Formats: sequence, structure tokens, C-alpha cells
Amino acid sequence: MAACCRKLSIMNIEEQSAVDLGRRIASGEVSSREVTQHYLDRIAEREPAVAAFTNLADDAVTTAEQADQQIASGQLRSPLAGVPVSIKDLLCTASLPTTCGSRMLREFHAPYTATAVQKLLDAGLVVVGKTNMDEFAMGGSTETGDGGATHNPWDRQRTAGGSSGGAAAALAAGMVPLSIGSDTGGSVRQPAAFCGVCGLKPTYGRISRYGLVAFASSLDQIGTLAHYVEDLAASLQIMAGHDPRDSTSLPDPTTEYLAHLDQPVQGLKVGVIREHIDNPGLDADIRDGVIRAQQALQELGAEIVEVHLPHTSHAVPTYYVIAPSEASGNLSRYDGVHYGFRQLGDSGAAAPLDAMISRSRSQGFGPEVKRRIMLGTFALSAGYYDAYYKKALQVRRLIAQDYGAAFEQVDLLLGPVTPTPAFGLGEKLDDPVQMYLQDLYTVGANLAGIPALSLPAGFNEQGLPLAIQLQGPALGEARLLSVAYQLQQQHFFEPRIAECS
Amino acid sequence: MPITSSQVRKVAQLARLELTEDEVQLVSDQLASIVTFVDQLGEVATDGVEPMAHPLDIHTVVRPDTEVPGLSREQALSNSPNHNDECFLVPPVMAR
Repeated sequence: MAACCRKLSIMNIEEQSAVDLGRRIASGEVSSREVTQHYLDRIAEREPAVAAFTNLADDAVTTAEQADQQIASGQLRSPLAGVPVSIKDLLCTASLPTTCGSRMLREFHAPYTATAVQKLLDAGLVVVGKTNMDEFAMGGSTETGDGGATHNPWDRQRTAGGSSGGAAAALAAGMVPLSIGSDTGGSVRQPAAFCGVCGLKPTYGRISRYGLVAFASSLDQIGTLAHYVEDLAASLQIMAGHDPRDSTSLPDPTTEYLAHLDQPVQGLKVGVIREHIDNPGLDADIRDGVIRAQQALQELGAEIVEVHLPHTSHAVPTYYVIAPSEASGNLSRYDGVHYGFRQLGDSGAAAPLDAMISRSRSQGFGPEVKRRIMLGTFALSAGYYDAYYKKALQVRRLIAQDYGAAFEQVDLLLGPVTPTPAFGLGEKLDDPVQMYLQDLYTVGANLAGIPALSLPAGFNEQGLPLAIQLQGPALGEARLLSVAYQLQQQHFFEPRIAECS
Repeated sequence: MPITSSQVRKVAQLARLELTEDEVQLVSDQLASIVTFVDQLGEVATDGVEPMAHPLDIHTVVRPDTEVPGLSREQALSNSPNHNDECFLVPPVMAR
């Protein structure tokens, strides 16, 4: 099903890539208004069963009409002009509430728009809504948010993954062609894997974090989910680049990611991560998917070698010290004063302000967020800082060095995204450590700051999506995307939309 | 590693969180299991390893020292749970 061969009718718009839709909108074959209305109709039909959105934009059709006018007059030339997109509900948008899936921010209307979102708006994309997530992006199942759980369109009893679960489920149900998420420890890649779509976490700093509500600032990165690899490339091209408002955004020039998709795979060295494949907890079907990817890459002319990331088993504990530590600091801003939920404390309190702050935080945050704030506060507290926080930062360097050594031998790394396919809703909520172990294969890329991509790898016998992960060296997005694209063109996977009827 | 109730209460105080007695017990158990889990970092030899707080080798980035528009006062106050035309309003800082 090559991009050029798919014939557009109003009936199968949702099977098109975002890039195809953009091309057809630009050529006048179909209008942004028609495409947007089509997706809004699908949302109206499917959202009740999936619960992927926290808020819908009621001005989407008007925005699409404006895009149509600007495209007709030649003012908009982006490859995705006029294409609908959904935004994870932790990216600030001046036009829609930004709740982070939290009671704390239920009423929050950001007074500004995140740089990444503004770039999409400037490129003429049409925001149709904000997507559901785990509260403050802390979770892997999109069931800890204020608005309730998102259902996996492939099996409604299962989680869509998280924390960008709404973003992935909206795609899998054909409710949007493109979703913007964020990835602190796998929050783009894991839901993409659970929902059978592609997901890219770029290099740390490649996309400005200005307006991304902070969770763990040395790990957070905005990313894209889509059915087609070219859509990841096109959206990255729009969002990437330095931003004076984010001092950690990289000054390095961006690449024409779309134009590089056909770079030859011939002669590339791809390393299969031994520690990831040999893990006894890895689902057999997922392992088979990785082996199938090896074969497909060999057919494309790549050389497969074995590599080791010796500190793999320490990546999750390292992450679960560093991320909560950073979160405990970042979330200290929620004090019931400047914005967010406020609840007055006991009237007899010695310091009514302090009592208000504590009461507001206790009632505004859910259990997982409070657990992580407690854990981070503990790891940073006097007497434990060296044993936990400093120790984790040292192991983080060893993990990053493992990646550095691997990329001296190979161009890319291949492995799984998750230990298992999508698990059941509620299944791991009572056991934090079991939930955290889901992140085994994804947190390494965040700790090291490198780009990583989740790619569908077919379905198991129960009809649940499987996935593989490709990881590259810092700023290696162009290579990562081109290899993924050629796997797609090789029919390593077929983009599919769940019926969820 | 076991985490005592008094440790949990102290950490909750530092984090400005109120916990009920039931929550103190639950959090003690959960923190203990998570801390036991992360204790395996102790197996890793890290003598002389420079802590890595950040994936990038960029430091002290500055922007040109020119005036750029920020939020208006009205915008800055717009999400506040309680404010007047000029200020955020809060309960008394000290007891009466």
C-alpha cells in the first residue's frame, strides 16, 4: 500500500497518511474543511467507546476554513497545512483548557501557547482537541487522570498505554491522522506500541519544551504519534529547532527529515540489544517481531550485529529515582496561589497559608502523583541524597556511556518497546513496581537523551498490536526515520484502524 | 528498606502534602517496596563516576538582553483562585 497508490474518497480519509492528506488539500482535491469534518464525525461516533479526549475544539471547522483560504491564497505551504491534529493535554494551548489530567488543573486556561503547538498552528494544522493522559504524565496506562481511563480501541478492556494513551487511542480509532504527545520514560513509544501506531521521541532538546507542563525536566521531550512514518518526519520538521524561550532546546540545525526518508539502508549496521532480547520476561510474539525486523533490515541491506547495554537492568531503578526527584521540584509550583486548585485548610491552623497549600495539594493531586512527589522528596532529603539521587545520576552516566559505546559499533539499535502487549485496565494500578517495570526498554533513551522510535510489528493471536523499537545516536532522527520508513515500504507492518465496534 | 511512619510524615511535611493515618500506612508500605527496588543501584560500582544531571553538554545559555513582551498583569492573574485587580490573594501567612 504505497503512499502514491491510495485513492482518496471521502469514505477512507482516515486511512490516508497526514502527508497524503496535506498534499491532497494543497492540490485542491479535498478541502481541509471536508477532512476536518470527516474526523469530527468519526470522533462523534467513536469517542464514547474510547474516551481519548479531555476537550474538543469547537472551532475546528472554522479553523479549517481559514486554512483553506490561506492555502488557496498561497500563504500556507507546509506539507501538513490543513491537516487535523490532536494535542496531549499537557501542552499549553491558549484556545483550549490544559488540564494535565489533574484535578489540580481542571480549570486551567493557559495564557499562552506552547512553542511546538504554535509552530503547528503557524503551519496551518487544525487542532481538533486535547487528548487524555495519566495525571501529569506519570503512568503507563492512561487511567490515573481526572477524567477517567482511555480504552484501547483494539480491546476496550485493555489500556491504551500511557501516558500519551489518548493520543495513541485517537489514532488507532481513526479519530485523527496525527497526535502530539510527550515522552519522559516511554510515554510516546509505549502507547504507540499498545495501539499499533508509530511513535517518535526525538533527541532531548530537539523540540522546545516551552509550554510543555514540566514533569522531569532533564528527561521530558515532545514527540509525535501517527499511522505512517512520513507523518512523524513531517511533524518533526515543523516542531524541531531552537527556541529562545527554552534554553535547553538544541541550537543545531534541523534536517529536512521528509527529504531524507529514502536514504539507503544498504551498508548500515544495526545492533540487536542482547540484554533486551534475552530478558525472560519478554513476550514471545514481541521477540518474534524483533527477529522479523532483523530479517527485514537484512533484506534491505543492513548488517545485523549483537550489542550489549550492560546496565539495562539498572535503567528502571535509575529512572524511578531521577524522574520523581525532578517531579517533586517541578510540582512544588502547585500551591493554590497563582493558578490551579485551592482548598482552605483547618481554620485553627498556625499558619493558614501553609494549611491552604497542603490541603490544596493533597486534594488536587491523585495517588500516583502524590506517591512520586513523596518518593522524589525522600530521595532528595538530607541523609538520602547521596545514596539515592546522586547514585542514580552516576548510574545514569554509565547507562549513557553504554549507549555511546554501542553507537561506536553500530548506526542504530533494534529491540522491543514493551515486555508485553497491552495489559488490562486496572491490572497494575495497585502494584507500582510492576507498573514501573513496564518501562524497562524505553527509559534508557530518555536517560541518555537519544532519539527512539516505536514501530508496529503486526498483531498477536488475540488481535493485540506488537511493536519494535529503533534507537539512534543524539540528533540521529533522519536516519532513524529513513530506516523506519523503508521498513514500512517493505510492508513490515500495515497501518490499520481498529473497528472498536 | 522499611520506611517508618515518622519518616513518611516528615517527607509529607517537606512535600507540603497532608496524609491521613490510613494514607501514612499505605505510603510507608509502597515507598518501602519502591525503595527496596531502587536499592539495587547499590550493586553498581560508581566510584569516581561524574553524576549526570542532564543529557546535554550545554551550560548557562543566555539570550540577547533585549526587552520582549511578557504576560500582562490581567493574564497573569487570570487563573488565580483568588485575586483582586493587582495581587494574588492568600490566607494569612501567620496565625492571628
